[in-house]
Amino acid sequence: MTNLASIKAGTGGGFHPASAPDYLPDAQLRDLQTQRLKRIVKQAYDNVALYRRRMEELNVTPDDIHSIDDVVKLPFTNKSDLRDNYPFGLFAAPMNEIVRVHASSGTTGKPTVVAYTREDIDVWSNSMVRAFACYGMHSGDIIQNAYGYGLFTGGLGAHYGGEALGATVIPISGGNTDRQIMIMKDFSVTAICCTPSYFLHVLERAQEMGVDIHDLPLRAGVFGAEPWTESMRDRIEAMSGIKAYDIYGLSEIIGPGVGAECQAQDGLHLFEDHFYPEIVNPETGEPCQPGEEGELVLTTLSKMAMPMLRYRTHDITCIYPETCSCGRGIRRIRRIGRRSDDMFIIRGVNVFPSQVETALLAVEETMPHYQIILDREKGLDRMEVQVEVTADVFSDKVRALEGLQNKLAKSLEHTLGIHANVRLVEPHTIERSQGKARRVIDRREM
Amino acid sequence: MKLKQLSLFLENRPGQLVQAAQALKEAGVNILTLSLADTEQFGILRLIVSDWEKGKRALEAHQCVVNAADVAALEVSDRPGGLAEILGIIEECGINIEYMYAFTFGRDGKAILIFRFEEVDEAIAKLQARNVNVIGSVELFELSGGR
Amino acid sequence: MSLHQTTFAPYKTQGPEFAIENRIWDADETLPRAELEALQVERLRDCVGRAAAVPFYQEKFRENNITLSSVRSLDDLKRLPFTTKQDLRDHYPLGFLAVTRDKIARVHGSSGTTGKPTFVAYTHDDLALWSNLCARFLYAGGLRSNHLVHIAFGYGLFTGGFGLHYGVERVGAAIVPAASGNTERQIMLLKDLGADALVCTPSYALYIAEVAASEGIDPRDLPLRYAHFGGEPWTEDMRRQIEEDMNILAFNNYGLSEIIGPGVSGECAARRGMHFQEDHFIVECLNPDTLESAGEGEAGELVITAMTKQAMPIIRYRTRDIASIDRSPCPCGRTSARMSRVLGRTDDMLIVRGVNLYPSQIEEALLRVEGAAPHYQIEVDRKGNLDEITVRVEMRARDFSDKMREMAHLRDRIDREVQHITGLRMHIELVAPQTLERFVGKAKRVIDHRPKATL
Repeated sequence: MTNLASIKAGTGGGFHPASAPDYLPDAQLRDLQTQRLKRIVKQAYDNVALYRRRMEELNVTPDDIHSIDDVVKLPFTNKSDLRDNYPFGLFAAPMNEIVRVHASSGTTGKPTVVAYTREDIDVWSNSMVRAFACYGMHSGDIIQNAYGYGLFTGGLGAHYGGEALGATVIPISGGNTDRQIMIMKDFSVTAICCTPSYFLHVLERAQEMGVDIHDLPLRAGVFGAEPWTESMRDRIEAMSGIKAYDIYGLSEIIGPGVGAECQAQDGLHLFEDHFYPEIVNPETGEPCQPGEEGELVLTTLSKMAMPMLRYRTHDITCIYPETCSCGRGIRRIRRIGRRSDDMFIIRGVNVFPSQVETALLAVEETMPHYQIILDREKGLDRMEVQVEVTADVFSDKVRALEGLQNKLAKSLEHTLGIHANVRLVEPHTIERSQGKARRVIDRREM
Repeated sequence: MKLKQLSLFLENRPGQLVQAAQALKEAGVNILTLSLADTEQFGILRLIVSDWEKGKRALEAHQCVVNAADVAALEVSDRPGGLAEILGIIEECGINIEYMYAFTFGRDGKAILIFRFEEVDEAIAKLQARNVNVIGSVELFELSGGR
Repeated sequence: MSLHQTTFAPYKTQGPEFAIENRIWDADETLPRAELEALQVERLRDCVGRAAAVPFYQEKFRENNITLSSVRSLDDLKRLPFTTKQDLRDHYPLGFLAVTRDKIARVHGSSGTTGKPTFVAYTHDDLALWSNLCARFLYAGGLRSNHLVHIAFGYGLFTGGFGLHYGVERVGAAIVPAASGNTERQIMLLKDLGADALVCTPSYALYIAEVAASEGIDPRDLPLRYAHFGGEPWTEDMRRQIEEDMNILAFNNYGLSEIIGPGVSGECAARRGMHFQEDHFIVECLNPDTLESAGEGEAGELVITAMTKQAMPIIRYRTRDIASIDRSPCPCGRTSARMSRVLGRTDDMLIVRGVNLYPSQIEEALLRVEGAAPHYQIEVDRKGNLDEITVRVEMRARDFSDKMREMAHLRDRIDREVQHITGLRMHIELVAPQTLERFVGKAKRVIDHRPKATL
């Protein structure tokens, strides 16, 4: 057996060949980006009506793309464009080339659908390998993948990445914390992938079960799908003795693996030879000054099934002007702290208040007063939707009221894809505010 | 012969019951009997009051969610087996009980039970045909001392 | 459970509106019998050689004086030891590994009779083999590279989701990894994305059809044309109903994680039983009591040897599944033997919504909850095409509470424990003390109202 200390130190990593583009000299990187941008703009222009129309409106054709800097000539793409062209309107490849479809929750009832060719899946897996390599992971690692599998890109993204890395993948998926801890112990797991809040929950449960993570070979956490903070990192690392790394990604771009922290844990490197970043003013869409905070805009340089030109992520961050101590040439963004819209993330799932309204309206005829309370109990996110009971829906029968509660909960689960507690409250107990109602109260400690 | 029952939605938090009682007190409405159903998250207070319309208005003025529903007050013998007897009759009549609770007082060895049936009119007709004494609101009010 | 001799019922060879082309995925499926059997002997010998690295087999081989030279023909299989689920559990978590730990690319698990699952491991080559085996039956069932496949199996430690996922990928078709749950959304995706094929348990397909109908969507109008069902036993009546309700062709496949997962056998276009992938697995059909070979076409317990798996070769695994084997030639041209549907179990394991469930797991859950007596009854029913389990648990008299809230708490605690151990959601009903029937000896814990397949 390898001794615990050397596993914890993460020795045996070394340089992974997939990481080569991370170290490209600037000129070469720009050449590669330019070459890929030309190809992808042509793919988008030739195959997607929306892109062609938008570019025509701006008087731009693929021939106007001479260098990566010309990306600013391209039109922006918004989440609403995905909704408006649901399901296949933004596909740029024929069905016989598409091998995967994923979906995430949209702003209302319809999901946001994304597609991948075989080549896209390879780019994605490769980006995940580069992310794992950033954390010092290698083929000897035993990866417990506790991201949810399915339409959500987190699970299968990390899974294919782990497989491409040559590591052992335990596809445990989310939930069943006691079993997660049992497997972590019994299989000498060295790295875990999940949301940071879920890992905190695992830690608290492990403590109750008398399991000290310090005594286990676990050494790295791949934490993403929700915003978190330095203080959360400090807490996780102190409680477990592992290194907690941030990973960034969104399904519209490719899924997890758009960017990752390196062992310096100082900002997330973007794999910008595939995902080209810009920072713009969220109000005007104008480019920000170098180092200035703004909205991250990403262009996929290699995704053939569904190219994204200048996708507005609504994530607020900045690009670090300095190069990283790790030696990688690819640029870094600051970890995502907030958003420019009202989306919130719960248990790794994106939720828009407008979806909650859609769900409530599906049960009640008129929009009830409601409020969303987000809480974190033992590291686990909880979402409660408080709904005021009106005379229209009130019944003297317990069963009928519980039935209403269940119907609302089911409708929410259907629309959001996650479970939310529904609490019926008396009328006029939810605070009315002037103008825009305060729909979301977030009590989670970040 | 059916009675009006008021029901109130209550969240499970302190002071909720007091508020409702206060509203009725201010309006001068007397509570003849009540029952409280509680669940994990909320409760339903069911009330028979001296003047249900006035009571409903008073409670609504206090921003309570109030419903009025028809229930039946049945007289039963206040002796062992009295309840079994009436439940037997109800079952024989094929009537579904949603819920029930007891009235706080009776007379001459009789007790009074409040029943919520799915089809109250039909249920009362069937029960009366079996000689069950269904008590009306005036009678009930008098029974309770005419306050 | 009847074990009488019988023959296969006639199968339809054509679906509701379209025929299916009989195509073969790889040449090994049509190896002449003699070549196939020679290959089996060769692979069995190789398997015995590699299994000798596993302490469990090493000891069994020593006890029974088995060396490589004892395996010269398929008849010699009878001399080899059996492997049971209990053996796997006794060597938890991965005592059956025949390769070093660094060769393991994947770990899967299935529910055990208690809280600890049974784990299986795969090398990269095993995963490639598994994908190819799944590709074989998917391709036989009409899957082509331009298709879109909706996978509504849960992913995770369960092998069902991944086996089919990689099989579809191997064929080159596109996957919608819908996983389980949120049926309304699944229907929306089936309709909007227009999947050609559906992969799930047969009962879930019926449920999808029913929910669609209740939402005013005629399931026959969904673009679906094929379905590949597995994960639970089903009947020919169910096939007829699903094909009728959804206007699709439904194919059956079989597998278990201890052997490899789905891909052990699957139907071809002729649909006269599931072709056993004999170039990789040897199947025996034994009388579970005498362990003698069941007669030709007679039902018995399937005992399977996984010869080519590198990480975990398994010799003569007692599946506890009852089925019969048909060795007559199939018009499709594949030379392998075919197995019938799974007709029953030799133990008390239930399969509910594709998940294996042992009554002992419920017992374990109840032991963890104070206030619950260990007297319980499991009732399984198919309501609206969805398996529903009700567990009736006796309260102890002293734990009864007049507060609805406390009773609800007790029920919730049982609910959580049961779900934690079994991975399944069940209705928990608290019943009064001393109300469940007591049985002398083995209690009749399970009442299963679901239809059963017959020969």
